[in-house]
Amino acid sequence: MSAQFESVGRRIPRIESREKVEGRSQYIADLYRPGMLHGAILQSPFAHARIRGYNLAEAIAMPGVRAIVTGEDFAEPNRMGAFIKDEHALAKGKVRYVGEPVAAVAADTEEIARAAVQAIRVEFEELPALLTPEEALASGVHIHEGVEGYFKVLDAGSRGNLCSRTEFAEGDVHRGFGESDRVFEHHFETQAQAHVAIEPCGALAELDPQGRLTIWSANQSVFRVQACVAEALGLPMTRIRCLTPRIGGAFGNKMEPHVQPIVAALALKAGRAVKLVLTREEDFEMVRARHPFKIRVKTGVKRDGTFVAREVEVLLDCGAFADDSPGVLGYSLLCARGPYRFPHVRCHGRLVYTNKLRFGAFRGFGNPQVSFAGESQIDDIAEALGVDPIELRLKNILRGDDRALGGQILSSNGLRECVERARDASGWDQWCKGGAPSPSAPGKKRALGFALCGHISGLLASGAIVRMLEDGTVVLNVGANDIGQGSDTVLSQICAEALKIPLENVAFVSPDTDGSPFNWGTTASRVTFMTGRAVVGAAAEVEKQLKRQASEMLECAVEDLELVAGGAVAVKGVPEKKIGFFEIAKRSHWFAGGPIIGSHTWVYDQPTVDPKRAAALGLPFPRIGAYSFSAAVVDVEVDEVTGAAQVKRVWSACDVGRAINPLLVEGQIEGGIAQGIGFALVEEMVWDGARLANPTLMDYKIPTTCEVPYEVHSIIVESHDADGPFGAKGVGEICLVPVPAAIGNAVKHAAGVRLFKLPLTGERILRGTLGKT
Amino acid sequence: MNDLVDVSLQVNGVRYDVAIRPWRTLLEVLRETLGMTGTKRSCGEGQCGTCSVLIDGEVVNACLYLAIEAQGKEIETIEGRPEGEPVLQQIQRSFAEKGAVQCGFCTPGMVIATKALLGDNPQPSEDEIREALVGHLCRCTGYVQIVEAIQDAASRLARERLR
Repeated sequence: MSAQFESVGRRIPRIESREKVEGRSQYIADLYRPGMLHGAILQSPFAHARIRGYNLAEAIAMPGVRAIVTGEDFAEPNRMGAFIKDEHALAKGKVRYVGEPVAAVAADTEEIARAAVQAIRVEFEELPALLTPEEALASGVHIHEGVEGYFKVLDAGSRGNLCSRTEFAEGDVHRGFGESDRVFEHHFETQAQAHVAIEPCGALAELDPQGRLTIWSANQSVFRVQACVAEALGLPMTRIRCLTPRIGGAFGNKMEPHVQPIVAALALKAGRAVKLVLTREEDFEMVRARHPFKIRVKTGVKRDGTFVAREVEVLLDCGAFADDSPGVLGYSLLCARGPYRFPHVRCHGRLVYTNKLRFGAFRGFGNPQVSFAGESQIDDIAEALGVDPIELRLKNILRGDDRALGGQILSSNGLRECVERARDASGWDQWCKGGAPSPSAPGKKRALGFALCGHISGLLASGAIVRMLEDGTVVLNVGANDIGQGSDTVLSQICAEALKIPLENVAFVSPDTDGSPFNWGTTASRVTFMTGRAVVGAAAEVEKQLKRQASEMLECAVEDLELVAGGAVAVKGVPEKKIGFFEIAKRSHWFAGGPIIGSHTWVYDQPTVDPKRAAALGLPFPRIGAYSFSAAVVDVEVDEVTGAAQVKRVWSACDVGRAINPLLVEGQIEGGIAQGIGFALVEEMVWDGARLANPTLMDYKIPTTCEVPYEVHSIIVESHDADGPFGAKGVGEICLVPVPAAIGNAVKHAAGVRLFKLPLTGERILRGTLGKT
Repeated sequence: MNDLVDVSLQVNGVRYDVAIRPWRTLLEVLRETLGMTGTKRSCGEGQCGTCSVLIDGEVVNACLYLAIEAQGKEIETIEGRPEGEPVLQQIQRSFAEKGAVQCGFCTPGMVIATKALLGDNPQPSEDEIREALVGHLCRCTGYVQIVEAIQDAASRLARERLR
């Protein structure tokens, strides 16, 4: 590998930027097919009710209505679910939350479809609604009757309204607390956050001339859509082809299915193409959101600040269906220790069905919630011990051969560098000595806050195929959706670098389940690390074939050849004795050797739990790892009159292994910070009884240009992970995770009040400063 | 359908004669009748700025504007004039180069709003940029690179004018 990179490490604008800025990109709403119908969905008015029957007569009779589907169109065994198969595409037998899809119509126009769903009569028999985990655990009414019998991919321990439970333990936490000089225990609460990707969810399905379903949708994985539609409709996967248009943002909400199985069922029934795009309100009410958590953290430390024991207990509101929730529970517990050297740890928790919308994957996957709790408490411990909160962390962070909770080996660890660089760049030490980095305005109090995190970027399977065309340029096919973060560009850069060709000689194939190699999904910060490594492997295979052909053409041994910049194979040490990819490609296609195609697939295979170190119960992911790290300092101003907090500046240091494209890494960091600020300060889904009270952008606010900090300092730390492509790891989530805790810690320093509940609204801060809760 | 009305719309300098229902929004007519899908729909209630277009140079949420009201007015969209528009093109180049585009869904509205801003105020301060874009939501970027792109476009356009 050459030390001088041509493509890797360069600030290259996204390869599809031009089409996006010119409005030529096509998202799901922009696709049209001949004879296409429009779909609409009838939503449940009840939180919990039995469906006694349907009367479709009036709706069917409406001119322009072509097909109607209800739960009766989906067979009982055809339930979906990433971890627990508990969900039909449309409510069947029962509704379990207000807004749940009950029936759907395909009609000539969207207006007719929307009028027709209102003409569908459904007879409901209302059941008691269970709206909190505590209520649901105490109730004899079960949201799912027979959850024990559902198919599960993990030992979930499901019983009644308990959806799943998970536990990790290392050492002996009781002994650890006994050996501690000080023990701290706090309770925290976090709220439901909506994803608010600017593009609402939607799908388009049609039958091809062979009768196969073709489905385009707003999604994070064409393969996940294919698998879920196959399950929901009881079809073999060969009958379903999934494609992707451009994706208008996705943060976990488009990973598991939303309307795809419903639209597919409408297309099958109508025998015509059907498109359905949700309104913003429907998207809020029926897609998914970030889990509300209740968290208890108990930490034991020595007088000198050495961490000894930590116990974390969480209670998650699952909503009506399991979706990704068992994974979020398990992953949050894996992160709940934090990247610290605790000899004694116990993390355990429960996930409980309620009559609310599905909670599911959202950037950070449970880590922002437990990090808010854990990192808030560490600041309070530092204060109690009279030490600097960053010094206390540096004393206890993972280093050298230290392992992740469970025993996972850290193939790279740039955490110390993240902490030190964020500290130094922000002027933390000077601020601690009383020299405020920026003076507070009259009536405002200003202070810094700090937090850090670790997060994974390796799990499940990815593949890549690199094909050389007749002119020596290549086509890269990976099956990974670019959801806006820039993976089409980054993976093309990796391919160009590996083959030493210009970026413009790489064509990127849009994911297609018929032609692309499997890729589990664009989620879990995994695409650069997992798919990038598959690209390196596929390119290495192409290199091998190129050298074999070149050795025959140049009449020399394969071992004596190397790739040289610009797309050629040369004799080592004799750069003028070379042959271009163009000549090799021509020969391979028309004369000898056969067209050059390289492929590589892999699955992340490092066990999460080493049974000699740790015990685990109800483990949702047996193999995940490759840890990225980050540290954040925020400069927050609190208004003494209103209590409102505003983040003025942020320094975020992220260990990304190596930045394949620093321009895009900075974009991830800045965007993650903004979402973290929203979660910390303003965003909250609110329920009025069983009904979501703020399902519009009028009532649910996300940060605007004026609420995000003007100054964001992205600090890229490169720890060169030996397992990553050119040393790279993921950045998509580490940039968000520590932000809420850092803001909470800054509010504590500025206003003197510790808040245990998110969001940190002006009212809560003010009440805190006035001594009222 | 006898509830159709004939409407003549001037979009990016080109005249389109269409028969539409009078309650159709400009967003619906642009996207569905004229097939100009560069203007996107997100919230449908004027809260996100995604569907911004210019009407006689002013930024308007096309989801809240009836198409018939746009008769006799100059409508400008992200697609731009067929012959090309140097100012629009510079803004688009700056957005691309500065990384201001991630998923791209809010981008057409952002670019259009920038065109109006720089038309009124060719050298805006950072505060003025942020105030002008406060009604335009982006969930990907955190707005940093968007602000940089607008500053870049403003300074490049200023240099162009000096030359």
